[in-house]
Amino acid sequence: MSISPERETRELRLQQIRREAELRATSISKLPSDSHMDARPSNGHGALQDFEPAASASPQTGYYGMPLLKTPAWTWEVPIYFFVGGAAGASAMLASVGKLTGADQRMIRDARWVAAIGAALSPPLLIADLGFPKRFLNMLRVFKVQSPMSVGSWTLVSFSSAAAASAVLSELERRRVLPRIPVLTDVAEIGAALTGLVLATYTGVLVGATAIPVWNAKVSLIPIHFATSGLSTAVSVLELRGHASSALNKIGIGATVVETAIGASLEFGKEPATEPLHHGPTGWTMRVAGLLSGPVPLALRLLSLTSPPRSPRSVKLRKAAAISSIAGSLITRWAWVYAGRASSKDPKVPLQLPGPARPDAEQIPQDK
Amino acid sequence: MSVTAFLTDSTLCIGCKACEVACKEWNQVPADGFDFRALSYDNTGSLGHSTWRHVKFVENGAVPGFGGNASEVFSWGFSSDVCKHCANAGCLEACPTGAIVRTEFGGVYIQPDVCNGCGYCVVCCPFGVVERRPEDGRAFKCTFCYDRQKEGLEPACATACPTESIKFGEIEHLRDTARERVRDLEEKGFDDVNLYDPTDTSVGGIHAFFIVRGDPKTYNLPPKPEVPTTYLKKGWMSAGIAAAAMVAGAFLAFTGSSDR
Ligand code: SF4
Repeated sequence: MSISPERETRELRLQQIRREAELRATSISKLPSDSHMDARPSNGHGALQDFEPAASASPQTGYYGMPLLKTPAWTWEVPIYFFVGGAAGASAMLASVGKLTGADQRMIRDARWVAAIGAALSPPLLIADLGFPKRFLNMLRVFKVQSPMSVGSWTLVSFSSAAAASAVLSELERRRVLPRIPVLTDVAEIGAALTGLVLATYTGVLVGATAIPVWNAKVSLIPIHFATSGLSTAVSVLELRGHASSALNKIGIGATVVETAIGASLEFGKEPATEPLHHGPTGWTMRVAGLLSGPVPLALRLLSLTSPPRSPRSVKLRKAAAISSIAGSLITRWAWVYAGRASSKDPKVPLQLPGPARPDAEQIPQDK
Repeated sequence: MSVTAFLTDSTLCIGCKACEVACKEWNQVPADGFDFRALSYDNTGSLGHSTWRHVKFVENGAVPGFGGNASEVFSWGFSSDVCKHCANAGCLEACPTGAIVRTEFGGVYIQPDVCNGCGYCVVCCPFGVVERRPEDGRAFKCTFCYDRQKEGLEPACATACPTESIKFGEIEHLRDTARERVRDLEEKGFDDVNLYDPTDTSVGGIHAFFIVRGDPKTYNLPPKPEVPTTYLKKGWMSAGIAAAAMVAGAFLAFTGSSDR
């Protein structure tokens, strides 16, 4: 194969590096070659065989305890995107189901707008986190089912268009600017609800299907956790907007019951991979998130049932629950990202340290 | 084109770092600082966006005969780490832009003109190899010297290695070489030699295997690396249940309340 002169110079440089390394090595000792290598005990110092290695790179510590995995590069935009996207997706679903079941028109309209605003905020958040934002559109070069990041990008784009169309079209119809075009409005509405459901849940798959131990250990839980959290937020935002139907409170109670159960399962289910959920600042963040999303708003919502619906006391209690849920939901997303970071720095799980007492031969493929 | 591979034989490595230097020069990889870590003579720590070959320095206590040393002398184990170019590569599966591709030589290559720096490959590599370069924003890792391989040349690291610790060649041939070498060493009395090539996990084998003395864990080589796509089924199942439950819950709440 013929190569250009410039290429040849660079090739020669590699040879130079090799020679240099060779020279330096031989000035200290001979290069290892098979004739120099012999592991058979050459002396009688049998006692030294039991010498404890002084070095801290060992099968018990890994390579000087250094992280085996890379820390997630995601910045603050990502947990906020998870939060906003989740709430917007759930809101679109509420608008659709509300319309089907004949819920309050004003509530449905607000739910559409919450979805549309969330849909408008999400792409900028996601783009801001990219290392090379100008190339956001490269996300739409291909579609890969096996990549939750790819599925998510397509979902976000579809959701954003559908949610915006649904909100704008129904608003124009209501103001009688446009004649009613049921097909278009309905398609947009249903499209927003369906893609919204994916948007509210895929982020859990995105996080769970990775090499980060605390995330993949909980891959079956995180999508449910994120979805519940998104639904809680959507209901809470509507309540803060002044909607006080008892149907919304029922959804809120359901979501906070699930949140409480998830919080308990995270607290009491211990395994090596979930250590960051129990210890240190990451553990406390998750606990605070759990309390604010589960038991606190649940108690407030149940308490609100003791007063007549829509009474000032009931409304006040539900608004307090709503604020707690929204804060809890935001902290939940952050707590998961935070725990993932801590998890990535701990080589114990990927190295199976301290592993079950198995001989190494069983863990490492060997050729005999 | 035949599928190629690296065999890194740490029993021959002298820790000269010629591979690191050659890789940096050939691929024009930026410097990664000179931090003395006070742990060992290793001043790069791990593979990363600017370290595509990395020589690990493992200090061994005075063990008679280890590496041919006298019994009272410390010995060093060196091993030059590199992207494993997994058969089922987490980074490649995760990449949403299609920037990461499988080359005709079986290597895993990031096209720098396509990568948009989403960072998802970083969390999907079970070996902690690929990393986003902060000043640039895109993800980088070993290219398996795709440019050189296309010209029929060996990767820069293998070319510069003075002890032939880094071998390059056709994958099955190299696997045979590796097995032979392990057998050879065992005959010489090295009873702790391991070939690291996790074919029995979802990663399905790697295109850069290693011969090390002692437990590969010492070199931060994970015993059971899994490609994260194995978690997808559970994840989407959970997402489906969550979505269905949300719709059902909302439906019940709306239809079950007179005040909706
Ligand atoms: S070792 Fe990591 S970066 Fe290399 S091919 Fe495998 S998953 Fe990709």
